[in-house]
Parts: sequence; structure tokens; C-alpha cells
Amino acid sequence: MAIRRPLRGVPTAVLTAWLIAVPALAQQPPGTASEYVPVPEGSIQTEQLPAAPLLIAAYAFFIAVVVLYVWTLGRRLTKVETEMRALEQKAQTGRR
Amino acid sequence: MAKSLLAPLAAATVVLFAIALVLIAQAPPESTMGLVQKIFYFHLPSWLGMYSAIFTCGVASILVLAKGSAVADRFAVAGAELAVLFGANGLVTGPLWARKAWGVWWTWEVRLVSALLLWLVFVAYLIVRRYAGPGSDKLAAAVALFGTAVSPFVYISVNFWRTMHPKTTVLPTLPTSMGVPMLFSCLAFMALFGTLLAIRVRLAERETALDALYLAYED
Repeated sequence: MAIRRPLRGVPTAVLTAWLIAVPALAQQPPGTASEYVPVPEGSIQTEQLPAAPLLIAAYAFFIAVVVLYVWTLGRRLTKVETEMRALEQKAQTGRR
Repeated sequence: MAKSLLAPLAAATVVLFAIALVLIAQAPPESTMGLVQKIFYFHLPSWLGMYSAIFTCGVASILVLAKGSAVADRFAVAGAELAVLFGANGLVTGPLWARKAWGVWWTWEVRLVSALLLWLVFVAYLIVRRYAGPGSDKLAAAVALFGTAVSPFVYISVNFWRTMHPKTTVLPTLPTSMGVPMLFSCLAFMALFGTLLAIRVRLAERETALDALYLAYED
């Protein structure tokens, strides 16, 4: 009798776990593509949302970011070099 | 060293990008995603660039913490800056692809969120370097080590959680018509990474020399 009492809760616990698990698993996002397949030659593709502006935006963003970064590097390098030259000149003038 | 490598690396970058762009233009569109899948040729190499930068920053940060190496510190700061640069490109090109492929710009799923957090760790590195004052190199190195340790989990997250993001298995299954453009794109990004790293390390060298000059002048 003493052993049976704690066991009474087991079916309730299993049922509760099952009821929680089913909707949790059902709400998981669908499986993803595990490979990319090229379109068969000669087949016609129709697009709902035009892809070209998105594609151009992605490539343009990359180019803009790299150009901007190289420009900032160049600016920082020039600033440091100018400062070094000015300091060297100042030091030479001070020695005289 | 950085200066002597710069010219050949820059030339290789230009040539490889020219080849990659021609190959990407000739690559077939994907059967379900169409033309927008071509973002993948710049999206994935951006993350490759970010991971290379994270690796550089991580290894250099270990040397900064263990030996207090000034040379390693220059590589660490350059690596962190490039991680933010390449990561920003990955974080922007991804949503541009997702808008067409998934119908949304962004979704709070594990791969996207973990990638954003990883990027933010390296933004934090740069903030620490700029504003934390004396000793910020060691503090930032610890931040970089945390980011480096986390980065492999971000990469494999798609294999462990059921996410909308394509799995890491996509890359080895690419047919030759898509694999060759991807290869050249990755090589171009690696050459770009090397070029930018060389320039940034050179800048850090000059900044250190300027600091030394100021100290000498004050003495």
C-alpha cells in the first residue's frame, strides 16, 4: 500500500508531460533545406517578389562598407603620419 | 612585414573578386529560391571573413594575456575591427536574402540571434578598447576570448536546433556550377581579409610609434 501511493502520480506525470510535449514539438519550425539544387535547364522561373533589388542591395552594401572602411583606414593613417611629422619637426626646432 | 605583404595581397584581392563576380553571374539560379540565392555567394564568405577575424583576435588575445605581447595586441585589435566589419555584412545580407526566401527580414531564431550576439561581443571589444582607459588591452582580450570560445557554437547551432536557416551541410552538397563560384568568392574574401588586416596592423604600428614619440618629446 505504501509503495502504491507514490506510483499513483506516475500516469498523471506521464500524461502531463505528453500533453506539454505534443504542442511544443508541433510548434517547432519546419525542417530546413539540407542542400541547394540548381534549376533544371530550360525551365521557366516565376518570381513573386522581385529578387534583383535585394541582390543589388546586398552586393552594393558590401562594396560600400569595404570602401568606407578602407577610406577611414587611409584617413587615420594620414592623420597619424601628419602628427608624427609635426612632432618630429617640433622636436628638431626645440633642440636648436 | 605587413607593408611588404600589402601590395601582392591587394592585387590578389582585385583579381579574385573579378573572377568571382564573373563566375557568380554565370552560376545557375537555385530551383526554389531563384535569383536571390546569389546573395549566398557574398553572405557565407562574409561569415568566413568574420570567423577568420575572430580566430586572429582570439589567438592574439591569448598572447596578450599570457605574454603581454604588443605585436599580438595590434593583431587583436585589427582582428576585432574586421570581425565587426565582416559580421555587419553578414547581418545585412542575410535579411536581404530572408525577405525573399522566408518572407520576413528577421526572425528570432537561434542561428540569427546567436550570430547577432557574437557580433555584439566584438562591438563590445572595440568599445572597451576605446573607453576603458589604461589596461583596456587586457580587459578587451578577455572579452575576445569569450567571443572566440562561443563562435564554434554559433556555427554548429543550425545542426543542433531545428531552425529556418540552411544547415552547414549545404556547402559540401553544392554542385560544381555553384561550388566553383563559391570557392572563388571565399578565396576573394580571404584575400580581402588579409589585405585589410595588413593595413589595420600597419595603422596600429604607426599609432604605437606616435605614442612613443609623444612620450619621448614630453621627456
